[in-house]
Amino acid sequence: MTRYSAFSLVSQGLRGHRGWRPAWAKPGRPKPAYDAVIVGGGGHGLATAYYLAKTHGLSRVAVLEKGWIGGGNTGRNTTAVRSNYFYPESVALYDLALRLYEGLSKELNYNVMLSQRGMLIAAHTPAQMEICARIANAMQLNGVDGHLMGAAEAKARIPLLNQTRDARFAPLGGVWQGRAGVARHDAVAWGYARAASALGVDIVENCTVTGIDTQAGAVCGVHTNLGPIRTQRLGLAAAGATPGLAAMVGAALPIHTYALQAFVSEPVKPMLDTVLLYLGTGTYVSQSDKGELVFGGGLDRVPTHGQRGNLPTQETVISGLLEMFPAFAQLKLLRQWAGVVDVVPDSSPVIGPLGPEGMFVNCGWGTGGFKAIPAGGWLLAHLLATSTHHAISRPFDIDRFTTGRLIDEAAGSGIAH
Amino acid sequence: MQYFPCPFCGPREETEFHFAAEAGKPRPEPAAQVSAQSWAAYLYLSAAPKGEAHEIWVHRSCGEFFVMKRNTETRAVLATTALPGRDAE
Repeated sequence: MTRYSAFSLVSQGLRGHRGWRPAWAKPGRPKPAYDAVIVGGGGHGLATAYYLAKTHGLSRVAVLEKGWIGGGNTGRNTTAVRSNYFYPESVALYDLALRLYEGLSKELNYNVMLSQRGMLIAAHTPAQMEICARIANAMQLNGVDGHLMGAAEAKARIPLLNQTRDARFAPLGGVWQGRAGVARHDAVAWGYARAASALGVDIVENCTVTGIDTQAGAVCGVHTNLGPIRTQRLGLAAAGATPGLAAMVGAALPIHTYALQAFVSEPVKPMLDTVLLYLGTGTYVSQSDKGELVFGGGLDRVPTHGQRGNLPTQETVISGLLEMFPAFAQLKLLRQWAGVVDVVPDSSPVIGPLGPEGMFVNCGWGTGGFKAIPAGGWLLAHLLATSTHHAISRPFDIDRFTTGRLIDEAAGSGIAH
Repeated sequence: MQYFPCPFCGPREETEFHFAAEAGKPRPEPAAQVSAQSWAAYLYLSAAPKGEAHEIWVHRSCGEFFVMKRNTETRAVLATTALPGRDAE
């Protein structure tokens, strides 16, 4: 792997940019056997392969992706990263991800364009402000930066906020996390792919898993459209497709699949330098480096596997944005799309063993998987390499649904699903 | 806007409906003999099928629960029927 640097950029520039090599190898076909196979070539799957090779020294690793890498939810989200959760288990998980994000560009030698511009969860009623104070206190107790912001500071930071007297949701302030921000989503997938490929990981695109072989209660291989592959360690990181994969071995997950939509406007000059979520409208928005407004809201309420959104939710999200920023009514919408997200009743992921020996899942991230990519990969790699939980993933085992120890972030931090 | 056919009211806008659960999950009985595993499976586990699905929906306008057969990829509604004992005629 050629290292990327200012020098390589200048020297390539002088040679007309003709010497760049592909960032990762494309093997085309998988080998007949691997030490570990990961299904799902999104951020979580690629990060898992990278940490398996880097931290645990496994080099015979394959990532199987039915489409193209980063073409699922990794390429469809609104790129926010944050760790402003309520429960200690969640903060440990999401802040591991945020800390890894903070060093990721250097770690991968790939600029993931992390921009820690801060995030405000805006409240509009005294009751919501009390909830925000509770979340800010919980974050501080859990050792994460966060504080309650008043109305004056919120309006000073985001001057375009709707401050008219007839505003339906006047901003009273909210929870602020300064380390939150955005990262370039494609770069996260590409950076992990490049770094994993350099360590010998095979990344096989257009490879669909059609069956899972077991022997004496343990995984012994997978069937794909590109032939069978032998492996005794199988990781599933396929978001909304994970229940279908689990069903191949008779296992079930506490997952419903919904479409989550996102939108970008035409690009405009810089006018919003934070990430903003309005509790009143459920719409969240940030401005990309290209100047587009990137925004989204709640789930479509119809369970689906189709990667497209429905009109009622579009209307809710867009009208929410215009309530927050009346000035944005002048903008044209550039694109709209959807991804299929895997929603769990307590809005926390499912990480751990499932079904036959040797099979592990990393799924159930619902609407918030992008921010967790480095941690999801780190923890699934730990499970695949050691067959035991990392202390951070242990609370997220599927057994919490039997024991009743749910980590209900829908109630804790007000996730809108 | 998609229209869903309520067995009692006829076609109505999708926003009037709410997904309740996957259909065909019998409640394990008797309660005293139900293990934690089978109770958790009843409460939480789902198939989330890609393609044809049988689901319980509620039409919030009339308050009736009913079974809807749908394709979760195309979103086409294949059939809606009232629950047993709830005659739509």
